[in-house]
Amino acid sequence: MDLAQALLEGNRRALAQALTLVETGGPQARALLGALFVHTGRAHIIGVTGAPGAVNSTLVAALATHWRRTDRTVGIIAVDPTSPFTRGAILGDRIRMQALSGDPGVFIRSMASRGRLGGIARATGDAVALLDAAGFDLVLVETVGAGQGEVEIAAAAHTTIVIEIPGAGDDIQAIKAGILEIADLLVVNKADRDGAERTVHQLRTMLSLADLPSDGWTPPVLTAVATRGEGIEAIAMAAEQHLRYLRESGRFAGREQERAGRELRLILQETALERVRAHVSSSDWDALIAQIVARTLDPYAAADHLLERALTRSGG
Amino acid sequence: MDRPIRVLIAKPGLDGHDRGAKVIARALRDAGMEVIYTGIQQTPQMIVEAALQEDVDVIGLSILSGAHMTLLPHVMELLRDHGMHDVLVVAGGIISDDDARILKEQHGIAEVYGPGASTHEIVRFIQERCKTRT
Repeated sequence: MDLAQALLEGNRRALAQALTLVETGGPQARALLGALFVHTGRAHIIGVTGAPGAVNSTLVAALATHWRRTDRTVGIIAVDPTSPFTRGAILGDRIRMQALSGDPGVFIRSMASRGRLGGIARATGDAVALLDAAGFDLVLVETVGAGQGEVEIAAAAHTTIVIEIPGAGDDIQAIKAGILEIADLLVVNKADRDGAERTVHQLRTMLSLADLPSDGWTPPVLTAVATRGEGIEAIAMAAEQHLRYLRESGRFAGREQERAGRELRLILQETALERVRAHVSSSDWDALIAQIVARTLDPYAAADHLLERALTRSGG
Repeated sequence: MDRPIRVLIAKPGLDGHDRGAKVIARALRDAGMEVIYTGIQQTPQMIVEAALQEDVDVIGLSILSGAHMTLLPHVMELLRDHGMHDVLVVAGGIISDDDARILKEQHGIAEVYGPGASTHEIVRFIQERCKTRT
């Protein structure tokens, strides 16, 4: 069976198997993604990130439910951390997405970060491409519970939603670089708790102090109680408005350019490494490493040497 | 290809006690597996749909309510309907030896574990069975 064809025809098992393939990586995965590439570029890709405990999966599920009511199909990728010690992972985001079960217009995939920092997995971008090719109108990516550095999602999505909770951090936290700067939308979830207004106020102050790019989009600060579905419609509308803004201002092309550039860089890194490894036996590899450890060879020279070797042997 | 074993852990039926399921999930994670935990009160349809979307190698079903002779065969039937013959299914809970034998021989459940089973034993079984499959 042709996996690409089956995926395009809406076969959900084929989509699931294709996702496993791109997570594993390798030449077969690249061939599949290559074949499907022409079918991508239609979905609105939305990243949802925030501190662990901001209960982002509940909010993602509520957003998906909202968009299903307007008859739009939704693919979800939920990333959870891999243990650095055992390579194992507990992926628990589906627990809060039960209400979406049985809906053929929704596809949820849990993904372990597999050692990648930055809040998403190496293959998250590829997984988004598969859901996009499979025809989902929206693709929501929920990142690993994020602190201040998990900003990679912004490069992989059109619209980035950053979720805060009341009382988390003070004014100094709010002006720290990193996660707040990537927000296209800021949401204070659990807004029924004490301190919600203060947090909203702090975020607005932070934005007014920030040197925002002069292209006219000021991230709105919204409130929600995701467990009760409150504030969800406003978030969905703001996300749609952001996409319209990107298109009308011409910034969409810029984001696509950034996204494509990032993709190309990642693919090059991966394929270059694979090619290099294919041209060196594991005993040669170990010998080089031993030389580096003994300080008789520096790692930069070793890398140059390996690259040269791979390039000359592949005849071009 | 070297990829982690993916396991879905689910609790079919109405009992709300999931400590055992969580202990197993943790043990499988510590053995290097990716464990999708879906929580309590799952219908057979929900379990099979999640297994399909997550493309898991293994489904672990924890059931204490006594309804295993209806719910577990139903899960197996739905798996067959979806062509998912290659998914390894194991069950744990309060299940009599007679029921366990029927579930294994007639319904294709690979193994049934009682309250005394060690997590090491379960991990080893899954690793062995998945080795021959990939």
